[in-house]
Parts: sequence; C-alpha cells; structure tokens
Amino acid sequence: MAVVSNTSSTVMNNVEAVRATLYEAMRNDDRTVILGEDVGARGNVFLITKDFIKEFGPERVIDTPIAEASIVGIAVGMAMEGLRPIAEIQFADFIYPSFNQIVGEAAKTRYRSNGEYTCPLVIRAPYGGGVRGALSHSVSVEALFYHVPGLKIVAPSFPADVKGLLNAAIDDPDPVLFLEHKKTYRLIKGEVPDGHYTIPLGKANVLKEGTQLTAVSYGLYVHWALEAAAQLQESGLSVEVIDLRSIRPMDKTTILRSVEKTRKLLIIHEDNKFGGVGAEISAMVAEEALFHLDAPIRRLAGPDVPPMGYALPLEEEFMSSPAEMAQAMRELVEF
Amino acid sequence: MRVVGLVAVQHRDPSASSFGRHGLSDQQLLAIFRTMLMHRTLENRGFQLNRQGKIPFASAGEGHEAVQAGAAMAFARGKDILVPYYRDLGLDLGIGLTPYEVLLSLFARAADHSAGRQFPHHYASRRLGVQTISSVIAAQLPHAVGAAYALHYRGERGRAVLTTFGDGATSEGEWHESVNFAAVHRLPIIFLCENNEWAISTPLAKQMGQPDVYKRAEGYGLPGVVVDGMDAIACYAAVKEALERARSGGGPTLVEAKCYRFLAHTTDDDDRTYRSREEVEARRKDDPVPRFERLLLDESILTEEGMEALKRSIREEVDEATDRAEVMAYAPAEDLYRDVYADGWQPWRGEE
Amino acid sequence: MSTDTKAGTLERHGLNDDQLRAMLRNMLLQRQLDNRGFQLNRQGKVPFALGSEGHEALQAGAAMAFDRGKDILAPYYRDLGLCLGIGLTPYEIMLSIFARESDHNGGRQFPNHYSSKAIGLMSFSSVLAAHLPHAVGAAYAIAYREQAGRAVLATCGDGTTSEGEWHESMNFAAIHKLPFVMLVENNEWAISTPLSRQMAQPEIWKRAAGYGMPGRRFNGFDPIETYAAVKEAMDRARSGGGPSLIEGICYRYLAHSTDDNDLTYRTREEVLERRKQDPVPAFEAVLVEHGVMTPQEVDAMRKDVLRETNEATDAAEAQPYPKPADLYTNLYEGAWQPWQS
Ligand SMILES: Cc1ncc(C[n+]2csc(CCOP(=O)(O)OP(=O)(O)O)c2C)c(N)n1
Ligand SMILES: Cc1ncc(C[n+]2csc(CCOP(=O)(O)OP(=O)(O)O)c2C)c(N)n1
Ligand SMILES: [Mg+2]
Ligand SMILES: [Mg+2]
Repeated sequence: MAVVSNTSSTVMNNVEAVRATLYEAMRNDDRTVILGEDVGARGNVFLITKDFIKEFGPERVIDTPIAEASIVGIAVGMAMEGLRPIAEIQFADFIYPSFNQIVGEAAKTRYRSNGEYTCPLVIRAPYGGGVRGALSHSVSVEALFYHVPGLKIVAPSFPADVKGLLNAAIDDPDPVLFLEHKKTYRLIKGEVPDGHYTIPLGKANVLKEGTQLTAVSYGLYVHWALEAAAQLQESGLSVEVIDLRSIRPMDKTTILRSVEKTRKLLIIHEDNKFGGVGAEISAMVAEEALFHLDAPIRRLAGPDVPPMGYALPLEEEFMSSPAEMAQAMRELVEF
Repeated sequence: MRVVGLVAVQHRDPSASSFGRHGLSDQQLLAIFRTMLMHRTLENRGFQLNRQGKIPFASAGEGHEAVQAGAAMAFARGKDILVPYYRDLGLDLGIGLTPYEVLLSLFARAADHSAGRQFPHHYASRRLGVQTISSVIAAQLPHAVGAAYALHYRGERGRAVLTTFGDGATSEGEWHESVNFAAVHRLPIIFLCENNEWAISTPLAKQMGQPDVYKRAEGYGLPGVVVDGMDAIACYAAVKEALERARSGGGPTLVEAKCYRFLAHTTDDDDRTYRSREEVEARRKDDPVPRFERLLLDESILTEEGMEALKRSIREEVDEATDRAEVMAYAPAEDLYRDVYADGWQPWRGEE
Repeated sequence: MSTDTKAGTLERHGLNDDQLRAMLRNMLLQRQLDNRGFQLNRQGKVPFALGSEGHEALQAGAAMAFDRGKDILAPYYRDLGLCLGIGLTPYEIMLSIFARESDHNGGRQFPNHYSSKAIGLMSFSSVLAAHLPHAVGAAYAIAYREQAGRAVLATCGDGTTSEGEWHESMNFAAIHKLPFVMLVENNEWAISTPLSRQMAQPEIWKRAAGYGMPGRRFNGFDPIETYAAVKEAMDRARSGGGPSLIEGICYRYLAHSTDDNDLTYRTREEVLERRKQDPVPAFEAVLVEHGVMTPQEVDAMRKDVLRETNEATDAAEAQPYPKPADLYTNLYEGAWQPWQS
C-alpha cells in the first residue's frame, strides 16, 4: 500500500469505502462531478452517494435520464473539457448500450488526437452474482473490456483496496472502468486507513503466502479462495493466494514470482471461463514460465452459460463455493 | 423568419434573397466566400490526389460550403468549442484551420494533428477549440453535450458549443440522448444538422418518417430552426442567433440546414448506383458557391478582377500547401505505440 | 373520467357489461397479486417483488383492446395487469414469483418477466428499452407477411423514453409505417428520477410529430378511456395506418420494487395526494353507480379474486425448483460447448 499518510484506520464495508472515497474526491476537487441514474435524490440504488446531492448540489451530482450511451459519452466530453467526471452505470448489466462510448471513444481519445485530448474518466459499475439478481443483475463484464487498449480495469475486493484504487482511478489521466462486486458490498468489512492514499493500478496483492500452489483471483472469489486456502492449511497444504486487484494493467511480476516458487497455478474467477481473464493469465504463464510448472494450469471459472439463473439452485450451480475451490486446490496440490 | 410556436422557420424564398446582411461587413462576406472557395478547392485536391494514387481516401462536402462557412463566421474563435463531424472541412477552415494542416491530414503525415492516425478531416486542435472525433456517427454528440455541461457548470457565460452532424446521424440513439440531456439542463449548445438528404445511399425518406429534423425539437422542449443551407448568410444568421442565446444562458437550439451532397459519399463510393444524374444535376442549380459569387458581384462587394485574383490566390495557396505537406515525413513505426495511455502502454505490468 | 354520472350515462366506447366487469376483475386481481408478492417478500419466501399499483386501469384498459390470438405484446416488467389481461393466469404469475421449474422461463428470470408464445407475449429482459427494437421487428414481420388485422403493442415507462433504443425503435416504425403501437405508461417516476429530470417538456406524446406518426395522451386512471385510446391506435395499426405513440398518465403508488425505499426521494404527502386518484376504488364506484354491478357483486368479486390468488400461491409454492442441471439447457439449439472436439 503506497503513501499512507496516517496510521489510524476505520472499519468499513465496501459500500462505505466507495462512499467515503467518492466523498473525499468531491470535497477535494470541484472539477469532480458524479453522473448516473438515481445517484442524486436517492443517492444511488445502493445508497453509495446518499445525501451527496444535499452537500454538493444537483450540478455535481447529476441524476441523468435513463440513457447509458450518453452517460458515458457526456462524461467523455466533460473529461475532454477539464472536468473529472465519475460516471455510474447502475448495474454492469446495463453497460452494453455504452459499449461504443467506452471502447470506441473513451479508450481512443488520447491516441486519436495524438495526446492533444485526454479522457480522465472513471466509470463505476456494480457487477457480479450471488445476489439473486437473475439474468440482468448478475453479470461480470471484465472479459468484454479487458481486450481493449486504452482502457484500464480495476476490480478490488477489500475496503482498503477500494479506497486506494478508487483514489488512483480518479487521479489517473486515462479512462478507468472500476468494477465493484455487489456481493462484497455489505458482506466484506475491513480496516481502511484514514487520510488520503492511493494504490497503484497494476499491482497485485499476495494475501496469503504459500509454497505448494498459487491461486490467483479477484473480486468476491478472492474471499472464497482465502477461505478455501485456510481449510487446506488445516490439513497441512500450503496455498499462496493472490488478489489481482487490477485486471488491466495486470501484475505479471507477482504472478510469475509466485508460480516460480509454487510451480502450480489455479486461476479462479466468476466470469465465464471461455475467453475469460484466466485465459490471458494462462497464456502469459505458459509463455513466460512453462518450464517452472509441475502441473497443468487449471482454471475454475463460471460455466459457459449467461450469468445467472434466478432460482436458487441455478444461481448456486453457476457460482463456485469455497468448498469447490478447496477441492480444486487439493487436486492440484496433489497432482 | 416565420415563428411557429417554439419553431422559427426560415423559408427558402427567392424573394428573401433581396440582400439581408445580418450585420456582416464586406470583409466578413469576403471571408465567408473565401472559406467556401477554399473548402471546394481543397476537396477537389483531395479527389485528385486520390485518383493519382497518392492518397488512399478523400471525402467531400460539396453542397455544404454555405452552411459551414456561415456557421464558422458565427463561431467565436478562442471561446466557443466546435465538435464537428467528418464532412466539416469548411467549418474547420472557417474557424482557422490552415490548408497546410488539411493536406497534412490528407497525406497522413507525422506533423498532422493525429500524426497520421486518423482518416482525413478528423482534426483535433485545442488551439482552435475543435474536439477530437471518431468516424462513428453521432458518437461525438454526447461529448459535445459534456463539453457544454463543463461550460455551464463552471459558469462560463459567453461560451457555447457548436456540434454538427448529418441527417443520417439523427437516427442514432446517441443523437436522441444528447439532445434530450442538453434540453433538460438547458446547456449552451447548438445542434446543427447538415441535412443533405443522403446518408451514403440511404435517402432521407428511409432515414425518418417525416422530412424535417427541426420538427423533432418540440418533443424535447428546445427551439427548432430550419434554414436554407445553400444560403451562407441565412446560415450565419440562424447559427449566430442560436449561439448567442446559448452563450447568454438561453439554452440549446436545434438548427436544421437543408443542403445537398453533390458528390459521392467518398472516393470509395459510386453514387450512380443509387441516385440519378438528373437528380444531382437538378440540385446543382442550388450550388451555393456560384450563388454567393453572384451575390458578391451583384452587390459590388467584389469586382470581376477581384474575383479572379481571389481564385488564383486560393489555387496558389492550395498548390503550395500540397507541395509542402507531400514532402513531410510519415510518422516512424514506433509511433504506433505512443499515446495509448499517458505512461507506457503495456497491459502487463512488471519489472522486466 | 368520461362518465357523466349526473346524466346517468357512461361513455362505454362500445364495451358491454361483461367487458366492464372483466376489466374490474383484472384490476382487482392485479392488486391482489402485487400485494401477495410484497407479502411473500416480507415473509422471506421470495427475494424480490415489484408492484404496479396505480397502473391497474391503464393495463386493464389496454389489455381489453388487445386482440388475443392475433396481436403481439412486448411488455416491460411493470405489466402484470396487461399480461393477466391477455391471458396469463395467476398460477403462472406465482410460478414466476417463486421461480419454480414450471415457470415459463424455468425460473431463470426475475419475477414479472413473463413470456408465452401461446398468447403472443414476447420474451424480454430487465434491460430498459431493449425490447422495443424486438417489438418493431415483430411488427416488420407482420407487415412483411401482409397479415392485416394484426399489430404489436409495446409498452414502457416514462424513463425508458430517454434511451437511444427507444428513439431508434420509434423512428424505424415510422419510416416503414409498421403495425406498431408504443404505449408509454407515464407514472412520473423512474425509480427516484422525476419526469422533470428525464425530459425538458413533460408531454411524451409530443415526440410523435417529430417521427411523423400520430401521438395522443389519455387518462390512464380511467380504464374505459384507456381502452378507447389503445383501441384507436391498434385499429389504425391493424388496418395499415401505421404506428402511433400514445401516452397514458398514471402514477406509481409503491416503491419501485421491494429493494427500494421511495421515502428517500419523495414525500408521503405527494403519494397520499395522488392516492385520491386510485383507479381501483374509482372504477368500482363507476360500475356500481351505473348499475353494471351491485356493491354485493363487487364484494363477491373481491373475495373470488382473493380465493384465486390464494389457490395460485399454494399451488405454485408446492412446485419444485429447477434442477442444477437445468442451468445448462437452451443456450443454443443442441450442444453448447464452446470448445468442439
Ligand atoms: C455508427 C456508424 N454507423 C455507420 C457508419 C458508416 N457511415 C459512414 S457515413 C454514413 C452516412 C452518414 O450520413 P449522414 O449522417 O447523413 O452524413 P453525411 O455523410 O450525409 O454528411 C454511414 C452510414 C459510421 N461511420 N458510423
Ligand atoms: C438499460 C437499463 N438501465 C437501467 C436500468 C435500471 N432500472 C430499472 S427500472 C428503472 C427505472 C425505469 O423507469 P420507467 O421507465 O419510468 O418505468 P417504471 O419503473 O416507472 O414503470 C431503472 C433505471 C435498467 N433496468 N436497464
Ligand atoms: Mg446526409
Ligand atoms: Mg416511470
């Protein structure tokens, strides 16, 4: 964690961490505006920006019409003209109408103007399943976007990382897609250092050291993976757990260093397996560290169906559990 | 001008061409004409260079000269922001882009604004106040609205955004979302539609269920204005009035200029496959360039000799710009990797 | 209301007593089923419910103008009453709320996201306006096959009119003069966003002229007036007269869904004030006043609706969930593996 200016801390959940960070950003820089559906009077559907409108006014906390393409597109124009917009997509499932503005416009602004215009923009989107959100409130979108040069993608799992990475995203001179896992919103609590600090994008975090297997994950599943690794520890098996935190850029050094030590790699993510983030990590490790491996790389990821059916058994079938993760870890350690 | 509710209608009435200057000085009228001529000459040069195999692509706005030169005259340089589309060479020229910069763009040279990355005529210039655009239809409109929001938010009275698009662009969802948002927040922005009746091969009748873009304004709650897009002075007046309203806090306006696309969509298009020569010939009678030329001569703003001299100077300037730009270097191959992000561009981070 | 009670005449727009009673029954059933959903949510039996209180008259009237077996409905999530009105049963509604295996979509979708090919009810997602291009496509298919006498009725909320896809759909329908009716249920709210933040002028129907189609606004608290407005537009569409944009005024009495607390953005007073317009007691009173029903008959109807709702609840609750293996069916026709070998 970089530049912690204060050693005191406060316990928060992820909603509170996003909220506190946005609040500071609004307080510290009047170029910052928040725009999205229901961010004002209601204070966002998860109450993340509750009462912001009272303090900062409707000019800075903009309740937009229901029109995602323009929510992102207007933010792009604001960014080009000197504001620091934070756009919100109410649920990541509704980001598709803005696909062109993110992929075709925001990500290419700097490049196509040869650096004359830039697009310092944060797009926040709650994502992920396990919340009985059915087929339109459960999706993970990172694989759809991590292919895109010009874009950065962050998906933190802990409140302290939420704050440090969101601060970094807000300071970043380029567009950042900031993904917040809905299930972690209130479930995950943790110490958050007081005061302003940032965590650089592209730095993974080794959450638990281990010697027999590297488990790489991000988002909600980091927490399940830690739980699974702890279970294995009880039977004497040692798993190293890495939280990627950033998906683009991605931390090669930390992954390779770990894999070279443990000689085995398990990649765990909720997003669909085929063409998912795990595919890129597998390819990178195969290219760079194949001869360090003692077992085939393994991926535990969402099945190849749309995320995710509403009825409880369907959702449970889609999601991986700590027990399944422990099983996969054990099999790979014992390979 | 006829006012119908919120909608001010300017008819293409020949008798109205009894010359109203709308406050334009002789100097300004000449500047407008010069932009129109330069616009046409540069575009012919683009087509020529393409036929000679020197450049892969060119497009043209023949038929759009009047609306663009008129609108450019209403634009306040150093204050207003222009968010144009790919057919707006005349607008860009009118607000200060040089013929040399145009040729750098056609030749895709390193010294071009995008360093040869973009198609021709996709200029971005902080100096001129022109925002960067892509070729994606209507994608620039939310950016224009965002820029207008920035002006509005910072309380920068006296500034406004002029954004332009074709008739085809009005069918895009982003067009709707942009006009709606600007209306809700009464932003300082002008939506100028250059309705040339064609979107590549798609005629207006297949683009919308009724032919008047400005009639959409009422549904969004902003003023709608229609103007003869072949009449540079009328276009100037309509855009100026709208810009002034915007600059003084009066909110957005939708302006529709009725013009025509005389040439094929681009050098890659053959318009004989979808429209008749007779149609194009008939519309040539409206050609805004000779029309304005006639006006300047009739009103003795320019003599025949002065006209000849002007045309000659423009030809010379274009020739000179062509020669200068052609000898400039392409960007080096390493340039491909610059400016993806502010810092290095590697998706993988690590100590190598 | 178009009822002249003093003169004792009721403008029926051709509706007979049976049809008037059917509309009331639909409205009562809507409210009962809505309440049941909220109740089950509070009891912890279902994770989510969403009500359409305030939309009952609009939906009952519109459903009456729908030609079953011919027309196609492309609704949105707040259209319980419309779906009931065109033939969905309370049992099917409860299967959806409970996400049971025998639900139309096998418990995959959120409640109120019905689909039933048999009654012309198109499948839709929760993504606002995404169904409108589908509806226009369906109308194109009807026009292409020259099936006179058929039309597509599509609905959405006021907030949804801001989406790009709304505009694109309207425009295409107008260009091709498709048998398409866009019915906007304007309840003045989109979750917490009031209409004034959604658009600069408050009359959605006025957008019609810009597309080159007829537009009209009507009182959606009155099922008869709604019926007349929807029927006029549907008849025009069915007979080759092209699309229409019609806007029904209603109100959303409840929070957006069980996940929303509307007191964070609007006052109790506002809602209570608008309750005075509640279309359900109002229509009961109209039918009694005009002698279409006696108060006793209304009472009996309410009891019957409650009985039907109870039976549907019990029957649906007793049904099994889908099986985990059901997660993998119907992604493609046939095998679904992305790697083929
Ligand atoms: C989103 C998008 N769709 C399609 C195209 C391809 N395209 C380029 S120009 C054009 C026609 C545009 O017509 P109009 O808006 O009337 O402008 P005009 O070229 O007539 O000035 C099309 C379809 C594009 N560039 N972007
Ligand atoms: C594309 C998209 N964006 C956002 C949402 C989240 N959302 C669900 S309902 C709703 C409000 C819709 O308002 P309106 O269209 O007026 O319908 P109402 O709920 O009032 O009937 C929003 C923003 C969504 N479902 N889809
Ligand atoms: Mg055109
Ligand atoms: Mg609504």
